[in-house]
Amino acid sequence: MGKKETRKASTWILDGNHAAALGAKLSRVQVIAAYPITPQSPVTETLSEFVEGGELGAQYIAVESEHSALAVCTSASMVGARTFTATSAHGLAYMHEMLHWAAGARLPVVLACVNRAIGAPWNVLNDQQDSISQRDTGWIQIYARNNQEILDSIIQAYKIAESIYIPVMVCYDGYILSHTEMPVDVPAQEDVDRFLPAYKPNTILDPANPKNYNLVTLANPRVNAEGVLCHGYMELRYLLQEALQNSRERITTVGREFGELFGRSYASMFWEDRLEDADIVIVAMGSLAMEAIVAADMLREAGHKAGVLGLKVFRPFPKSDVVRALGKARLVVVFDKNISYGIEGATCSEIKSALYGSSARAVIRNFIVGLGGRDIKARELVDAVNKSLLSMKEGDLSKEYPEWICAI
Amino acid sequence: MGTRECQHICGESSPAVGEAGKTGEWRDSFLVIDQQKCLPVRQNKPSCFLCWLYCPDAVISKTIPIQINMDYCKGCGICAQICPAHAITMVREEEFYLTETD
Repeated sequence: MGKKETRKASTWILDGNHAAALGAKLSRVQVIAAYPITPQSPVTETLSEFVEGGELGAQYIAVESEHSALAVCTSASMVGARTFTATSAHGLAYMHEMLHWAAGARLPVVLACVNRAIGAPWNVLNDQQDSISQRDTGWIQIYARNNQEILDSIIQAYKIAESIYIPVMVCYDGYILSHTEMPVDVPAQEDVDRFLPAYKPNTILDPANPKNYNLVTLANPRVNAEGVLCHGYMELRYLLQEALQNSRERITTVGREFGELFGRSYASMFWEDRLEDADIVIVAMGSLAMEAIVAADMLREAGHKAGVLGLKVFRPFPKSDVVRALGKARLVVVFDKNISYGIEGATCSEIKSALYGSSARAVIRNFIVGLGGRDIKARELVDAVNKSLLSMKEGDLSKEYPEWICAI
Repeated sequence: MGTRECQHICGESSPAVGEAGKTGEWRDSFLVIDQQKCLPVRQNKPSCFLCWLYCPDAVISKTIPIQINMDYCKGCGICAQICPAHAITMVREEEFYLTETD
């Protein structure tokens, strides 16, 4: 591995929340505003300790709600500060309006979402319904499989966000990662400083050069006082979509640069395990993608050519990469820890949409798993694949709705 | 002609006259001033100017007689409401022009 000269990273035993807080600290965030919510609370506690103890020269702004937390971050970002916030579930739902605002205003805020189920009924355990419910807000969404990826992704998130002015949400599973300790390589501050340049804001409030930002913008373009034809609302929304469409290259380039410096490459939009010869592909996102590797091991032992596609970047959705990866598969089994009620799991819909019009002819099965913290074991993933193979043999090529791994 | 030359990536403007275009085009009511009723005109000295003070678009001048910049007057009618001498009347644009051309 062509790793460039770096200071020695130290290996720490960290849970996901501390990995996230350290990622933000190493990124030298300048303004933090967050409101504690289970299972995210240790992120806010750790960061406030860093600030209070003088280890991190940031402003920690205590707020009365998540909506205010993100309002503080967008405002601080607009005047040129690198900002960080973290939340879960109902807190993210409460941020919904400001999520749209951050993306529309093209502010490179980074948010850690500790994935948790949404009520009713009340539940504090893991699934991915919270962040999936925010998929259409214009944010880049990255899902970590383990605590190392949480720390690494937050540092990369700033470099991605600040170069294309799109906010980034780094998502990781509540408890499974947030409260589980594992070894994490913590890079030296000097190396992170080499990787991550200072934030150059696109917008800045300067009394000497006053500007209005994101005031009422009418449907049609307008000629401004200087005679320039300025975007209307729709042109600005087009530019947001265009930026996300074009962000794939930036995300993979930053991931490659990270790998060159730190030895862990993030140059692809998803993680692959034995896809080269696989004709059965398990698709999963977040920590479930690690469980899927164990399931693929078990399927290989049973003589199946199984592989795993672990979704890492959910927005922008890597359509062309997915087509390439799934072109040879005869069965794709998608496990979703979320559901778009009335249709199916969100990642399954995206996979199907990506394959439309391609030459891929795989049978696609969708299983809803792990909602509200329901444990999902590798054995159960294997059983679901075997069940799908059996029904395929019986000629059942397409199911209208997903199957659920639950007691009903 | 598209808007590609505009380098903005979010809603952006500078405080300047005409930054939002000729907003007078939004107007559907015109205002007619009866100068003989206007207090500064009657007294021939600066006084009143409540219309100047209340105009949300700052298109009324503090002069004798008052001047109105119709490029940016949206015809909201606040000046007509606030004038203590009832010197300003709002007339629908189409009625005004019909009367003018009769």
